[in-house]
Amino acid sequence: MSIFVDKHTKLLVQGITGKEGQFHTRQCLAYGTQVVAGVTPGKGGQTMDDVPVFNTVKTAVRETGANCCMIFVPPPFAADAIMEAADGGIDLIVAITEGIPVMDMMRVKNYLKDKACRLIGPNCPGIITPGEAKIGIMPGPIHKPGGPIGVVSRSGTLTYEVVHQLTAQGIGQTTCIGIGGDPVNGTNFIDCLEAFQNDPATEGIVMVGEIGGSAEEEACDYIKANVTKPVVGFIAGLTAPPGRRMGHAGAIISGNSGTADAKLAAMRAVGVHVCESLGTLGELCAGVFK
Amino acid sequence: MKIHEYQAKELFREYNVNVPQGGVAFTPAEARKAAEGLPGFPVVVKAQIHAGGRGKGGGVKLAQSAEEVESLADEILGMTLVTHQTGPEGRLVRKVLIEQGLDIAKELYLSILPDRATAQNVIMASEAGGMDIEAVAAETPEKIIKVFVNPLGGLQPYHVREAAFGLNIPPAAMKGFGQLLHNLYRLFAAYDCSLVEINPLVLTADDQVIALDAKVDVDSNALYRHKDVQAYRDTDEEDPLEVEASKYNLNYIHLGGNGNVGNMVNGAGLAMATMDIIKQAGAEPANFLDVGGGANAEMVENGFRILLSDANVKGILINIFGGILRCDVLAQGVVEAAKKVGLEVPVVVRMEGTNVEEGRRILAESGLTLITAENLKDAASKVAEIVK
Repeated sequence: MSIFVDKHTKLLVQGITGKEGQFHTRQCLAYGTQVVAGVTPGKGGQTMDDVPVFNTVKTAVRETGANCCMIFVPPPFAADAIMEAADGGIDLIVAITEGIPVMDMMRVKNYLKDKACRLIGPNCPGIITPGEAKIGIMPGPIHKPGGPIGVVSRSGTLTYEVVHQLTAQGIGQTTCIGIGGDPVNGTNFIDCLEAFQNDPATEGIVMVGEIGGSAEEEACDYIKANVTKPVVGFIAGLTAPPGRRMGHAGAIISGNSGTADAKLAAMRAVGVHVCESLGTLGELCAGVFK
Repeated sequence: MKIHEYQAKELFREYNVNVPQGGVAFTPAEARKAAEGLPGFPVVVKAQIHAGGRGKGGGVKLAQSAEEVESLADEILGMTLVTHQTGPEGRLVRKVLIEQGLDIAKELYLSILPDRATAQNVIMASEAGGMDIEAVAAETPEKIIKVFVNPLGGLQPYHVREAAFGLNIPPAAMKGFGQLLHNLYRLFAAYDCSLVEINPLVLTADDQVIALDAKVDVDSNALYRHKDVQAYRDTDEEDPLEVEASKYNLNYIHLGGNGNVGNMVNGAGLAMATMDIIKQAGAEPANFLDVGGGANAEMVENGFRILLSDANVKGILINIFGGILRCDVLAQGVVEAAKKVGLEVPVVVRMEGTNVEEGRRILAESGLTLITAENLKDAASKVAEIVK
């Protein structure tokens, strides 16, 4: 079992003919993901390797039955691409694009509110169910199929580090999700915690947060009320100066809010096993999840 | 991106948000000339730097004559202004804003910003104007009114009424306030602002509503569609190393203080966590540097040069998680960069991920005195030992 994606997921890639789109489509194919279609306006009728390319999402979905998409469209056109996917019949939208203006994402988020689809990202590495489907830019080989741990994170390479340490301890993963480093995103920690709690194959959760906003604090309230599986938590940015955007658009301490200390305190208060130093995360997980 | 008060007020004028008459000056003579163009005295001389708290720091002064404007401008221009936002090193003042003084009846606070948790724009307003709003929010949160605006529908008249009645705006100033908030919201949305803030917004004795101060921050991700705001960038207000790094699209933040461990990492989250682990090992990180999840050899080289040009750096930690980008390629980049730039301080390299064995071999056979680390913990303690 897993959450959100599995071997039946049929992937469509928006921006499939661009440099990144091509490269990562090939990586996903090599991992075993069913990539059934690509969309690049004006290039309908062509193929990328053996993947048919369409002009619009609607046609691609009608012709191929794609139910998930991965977006590599550049920032100025990404909001449009997300809304096209939502209205084109896609159930799960994974937006990799980094650098989408906040105003665009605010409009997208409100636009998607009444729709049945789920958005992961933007500015994220994507989602992987090891051994079944890789929808994103993460390196496949560091993952270990078969569970029993679910991973949810706001980061990219930091998630790889975490997964690598889990795998090195012999701990496999059910699904790993990067929810993205932007201030306004689709799927949040709570959505993932809920899905992991309800997934019978997931026995424990690793939650990786960072400075900025209050998503971790809200997640802790949710954990207290709803999560019975053990959770290991890590927060990046203890040494980040206030008022500076630390690489991710959402990683900024504003005034007294969004600090790592506040997030760690919230985690401790609800019984999350806090990892104090990234170097020891694997060992901590081995102890907690044994 | 931050812009100066006088630049924000240019945008305000364009959007019919009332501001005092005035103009920017770079010399005392220009300041005097600007003051003589105003309707009368008193005149306010305001230091223009990218930081708040200028009044308390001595950067805002009132003048009663053209001579006084000139001498005050002479005093403020060239001073190093220290405020709670500049840090102890302060900021050199290179320009002043010369403005008409107003007959103030009441000072209010007004701002608009995107609220990340609700994905709505939020108007924040308070009768406690002219004060540090963070302090007001902490001590007397009931004095702050919040009005949420759905970005799809935009500002509605009832939003304005909620703010106006909440602020106890007198009937005679109602219309002026409504127009100002409406225009301010238009500006906020049109310019992809991450903040527009007026503190204080003043009600004058004759019931006018005027933005005495103006702060505008623009979402850096949206600058591509605001060429006019790009032209407002003032690199004098930025750290010289950060200006240099921005030329190469490197995400670099100079921490200053007593930081002496330079570090280079791929990915923002991992970069923050690396800074943290350096500190936990007993040393101080000198910077944040994210060369990107998909860094190439050239970016590694440029990043290396930036780190080495920080005179306080006594040791460097390179932490790369090779994913799509393989460790052998990165090791090659590090070796080439080190050979070109020269290794003036000890460098600890920690690599993990795809092709790590090959990467380690390249580093070991490079002939460079790179210190390799087995894992993150090992890397942090090694670099901390070096700078001790």
